Amino acid sequence: MDATTSPDTGAPSNAGAPSNTGTLSSAAVLSDAAATAAALRLRDPLHRVSRRAIGYWALRAGLGWLVPLAIEVVWLVADLGDLVTHLVWLGVTVVVAALHVGVMPYWRYRVHRWETTPQAVYTQSGWLNQSRRIAPVSRIQTVDTERGPFEQLLGLSNITVTTASAAGPLKIEGLDHETAQRLVDELTTTTQANPGDAT
Amino acid sequence: MTAPTGPDAGPFTAAGPTAPAPTGVSAPPGPVATGGAPANQVAGAPANQVAGAPGHVAGLAAPPGPVAGAPPGPPGPEWRRLSPRMLAVHPVQETLRALPALVAVLAAGSQSGHSGPWTLVGVAVTVGLGVLRWATTSYQVSEDQVQVRRGFIRRRVVSIPRDRVRTVDLTAHPLHRLLGLSRITIGTGQSDRKEGLRLDGLSAGEAVRLRAELLHRAAAPAVPAQSPPGIPFPVSAPPAAARPGRSVPAPAPAAPGETVLASLRPGWVRYGPFTLSGLVTLGIVFGFLYRMVSEAHFDPGRLGPLRAIGHQLLRVPLGVAVAEVVLAAIVLVALASTLGYVVAFWAFRLSRQDSATLHVTRGLLTTRATTLEERRLRGVELSEPLLLRAVRGARCIAIATGLRVGRGAERGGSLLLPPAPRREARRVAAEVLGDPEPMSVALRPHGPRARGRRYVRALALAATVPAGLGLLWEFAGWPAWAPLVGLLALPAGALLAADRYRSLGHAITAGHLVVRQGSVVRRRCALARDGIIGWHLRQSIFQRRAGLVTVIATTAAGRQRYVLLDVDVDRSASLVDTATPELLAPFLVR
Repeated sequence: MDATTSPDTGAPSNAGAPSNTGTLSSAAVLSDAAATAAALRLRDPLHRVSRRAIGYWALRAGLGWLVPLAIEVVWLVADLGDLVTHLVWLGVTVVVAALHVGVMPYWRYRVHRWETTPQAVYTQSGWLNQSRRIAPVSRIQTVDTERGPFEQLLGLSNITVTTASAAGPLKIEGLDHETAQRLVDELTTTTQANPGDAT
Repeated sequence: MTAPTGPDAGPFTAAGPTAPAPTGVSAPPGPVATGGAPANQVAGAPANQVAGAPGHVAGLAAPPGPVAGAPPGPPGPEWRRLSPRMLAVHPVQETLRALPALVAVLAAGSQSGHSGPWTLVGVAVTVGLGVLRWATTSYQVSEDQVQVRRGFIRRRVVSIPRDRVRTVDLTAHPLHRLLGLSRITIGTGQSDRKEGLRLDGLSAGEAVRLRAELLHRAAAPAVPAQSPPGIPFPVSAPPAAARPGRSVPAPAPAAPGETVLASLRPGWVRYGPFTLSGLVTLGIVFGFLYRMVSEAHFDPGRLGPLRAIGHQLLRVPLGVAVAEVVLAAIVLVALASTLGYVVAFWAFRLSRQDSATLHVTRGLLTTRATTLEERRLRGVELSEPLLLRAVRGARCIAIATGLRVGRGAERGGSLLLPPAPRREARRVAAEVLGDPEPMSVALRPHGPRARGRRYVRALALAATVPAGLGLLWEFAGWPAWAPLVGLLALPAGALLAADRYRSLGHAITAGHLVVRQGSVVRRRCALARDGIIGWHLRQSIFQRRAGLVTVIATTAAGRQRYVLLDVDVDRSASLVDTATPELLAPFLVR
């Protein structure tokens, strides 16, 4: 990004008065009248991921829940003494797992979105906690596609776009294979057009 | 070895060490017969003399050094050696390193009755290893890479492209300083491999010259003719002009384009006790003593003074005894911290060289000189740990690519100012940034909902203390006063929340994004806006209900992520848009 000084980022008038006490002054630094007048909003990215991603998330979550369930069943069989407690725990686990597997994938599907422009990649993901990530194409370092066994089963691909920051990988989960391929090609082409070490 | 390429202009492309380098086998001096390359003016050895050097085809049993005898001056990049004075240092170092083994040998020897010869053998082996290390280590700086060869049985050649060199550090421990030597560490900023590119033992002058050579390639792509400026390295550097083994012409004494930005004033030592660095030192010392005592089955009660102290503590009431012990601990920690401050930061100096690099020199016993290219600088962090803040002190840390913040030694590399008066820290930060605004600008608070979240989170955390103690009282038979005392965590949590909110703020200046947060360690970070390489906007389910969002600027420098906690959602988009204009434009709606 270019750090040109746009008119609305001009030096504040109170710059000459360092607050030695370190307390916050309520005086706004920027005259960002725009923000207060009509709030600028970040819209959702344009594209949803593949619908098959719902199945993918459900499958992944379901397999994850098999582990605690298996442990509880083994425990129940091994120690029949306090049957009621065991059954209550098992029941609770089953209900929570069912809720998770039943709700989370649809929720995710409503949230997960992506968009690329020649200048930037923009993704949105999550369900209870949601994230939006934006990276300029000029700062992209690698574009990885990854297809695990589940992804292959469902004809999906996951894409990871990394930048020079250790904190900044963008992940797009559950794209159908063709879209993923097209996206990767597009990103690699535009990335190559931007020389430099992208730091 | 391929036939020497004749008139090839690039000295290093001529066969030679490039080919065997990755395989790690020894490279006989390849470019010896490169007639076309310019002769070296410094080392007078003519090329044809060297051509007679053993030309073994690279193999595992290759001769240890590139050429036997004194470092010759083949044209182009040559393999240079460490300072011969290291022959005096290596054995001592090896002996120290092998001390446990030596002790074992000694013990075995004394049991069997002839300890003398065995000890001698042990010492001889270690000394031999030291000599071997010196003899088998050599380095080379070519136009586009730096290579270090080492190892006798397992030859290793480490090469790094010169444009990846990010930092060059010089360290000299007392033994080095006695002999006018220093150790040079070349950092590439990546997962710095242990001993990656470390040359232990160049003469101080040579090291300074090498540093200049490595860092100034951008200015002078061919051979860095421009001299290493008189970087005041607190070592009496011997006159370097007479030393052989340099491919670079002896640099002319440079006009010092150096501006001193800060230097330690003795009065700053008063901040030493508030750094708590002594806590770690004391921990180590006590741990060591404890192990000694328990392994030697030595009863510390037999020591006169300790016994006296023990008796005294038993005589006085419990309260007084506790107070005495606490007071003693505080005094000890303060003393150790002050001592640590002096040892680490004595003669601290921060200077700017040719408006391109920042130099830090410091250290009382072991001196350390670190260099940071300003083109890698992405900002400055002003950090104030709670105790230091209480006495109005602060320190300065560079935000630079290739220098990770945190983690002991690495942190040393990015330090711009040790604990010092806050006003001084602000001034230094402003000087380094070249702009006073980010450090002085008033910050925008994050609003009442952000304050609310600080309290909810801090109090929820604090409430776990009495709750946990309550459970222990109920089920583990802990005394009933435990949970009651635990209730004190609540007001502490409230204070923490209030302070955390008071610290929280951000601003955008002409060139920087300024973020401040934290209570236990309050940090004000000024991150260059063109160093921001992405954004991450994160909302938990609670934040969505409160209409807040955590805005994270990602960068390749420093902490990699700079977090603005709980920004108003309505403001977040315009904030990001102002900080990095145009990036967000296609995604914005009104």
